[in-house]
Amino acid sequence: MTDTQMLARDEDILKAAEDWRKLGRDVALATVVETWGSAPRPVGANLVIDGEGNFLGSVSGGCVEGAVVTEAMDVIADGKPKTLEFGVADETAWKAGLSCGGTIRVYVEKVD
Amino acid sequence: MRLDILTALNAERAARHAVVIVTETQSGKQRLVKGEDAARDPLKEFLIKHLRSGKSGMEETPEGRVFLTVHVPPPRLVITGAVHISQALAPMARMLNYDVTIVDPRTAFASPERFPDTKVIAQWPDTALPPLKIDRYTAFAALTHDPKIDDPALTHALARDCFYIGALGSKKTHARRVERLKAQGVSDAQIARIHAPIGLAIGAVSPSEIAVSIMAQITASLRQPESVS
Repeated sequence: MTDTQMLARDEDILKAAEDWRKLGRDVALATVVETWGSAPRPVGANLVIDGEGNFLGSVSGGCVEGAVVTEAMDVIADGKPKTLEFGVADETAWKAGLSCGGTIRVYVEKVD
Repeated sequence: MRLDILTALNAERAARHAVVIVTETQSGKQRLVKGEDAARDPLKEFLIKHLRSGKSGMEETPEGRVFLTVHVPPPRLVITGAVHISQALAPMARMLNYDVTIVDPRTAFASPERFPDTKVIAQWPDTALPPLKIDRYTAFAALTHDPKIDDPALTHALARDCFYIGALGSKKTHARRVERLKAQGVSDAQIARIHAPIGLAIGAVSPSEIAVSIMAQITASLRQPESVS
């Protein structure tokens, strides 16, 4: 198996979260906790974000990662976990929505 | 997530152990439950259900609304027989994210030229299999047609409770295999776990088609165990 294939797997995203934190970087972890309708990534999918806005993994296949990264900065700053919701029925749909028509809830927590 | 929980989680996964993270999403309170401890946990019914399906999910529990992050080891496929079917089955299984190992003591078969991207062990199952630490997240396929190779491997796979066990051969071949295994003390219940003739009945003819039928049966055993007798 090649490195790129390995990186695509959620388990390696969690390893990256551990490694990044142990290197002293600020780290947040985002997890898809609920989905309704057609959702691009399954429940349990992870995105790891560092304090500089670097990220690895995906919670939506690209649709809402930008918004999750922005929220993750707040979570890193105040240490309080947040649950975010994205979907076409949502007001934020025009800013960051799912073109597939589904709704997802993403739990964002700080690693510390 | 606390770094110590994350570190323990990654260590458990590296060791191919099942593990669940229980998170109260309101408060952020979190704990790690090892798969082996699930039956002793206050949330055991929820934990066991999720460990069985391998799927993460939200649950309304007596402890409140919790998210269960389930980590079960990635599935493996162990094959005896570096045969023609295996040449198609190994890359197919890799595409489905299986870690594939082929065991065949016949060095003419078990050559790197025939299996350029697959781990091939040119040893007898008695030597090759124990170090692989085959477990219930492993599928096993016996494809050599040679009882000297397949029988001990099947016995090992049954003892290790592989989630899928299949053996190549006609009904007649399997009937003789059943007699031999019974003579070695393998129980009827264990013998019933062996899929033989191997693969779903899709009229497969070529080695690649047989590989498809095997891979489909393995997938069904993993994802809908109740559908595969």
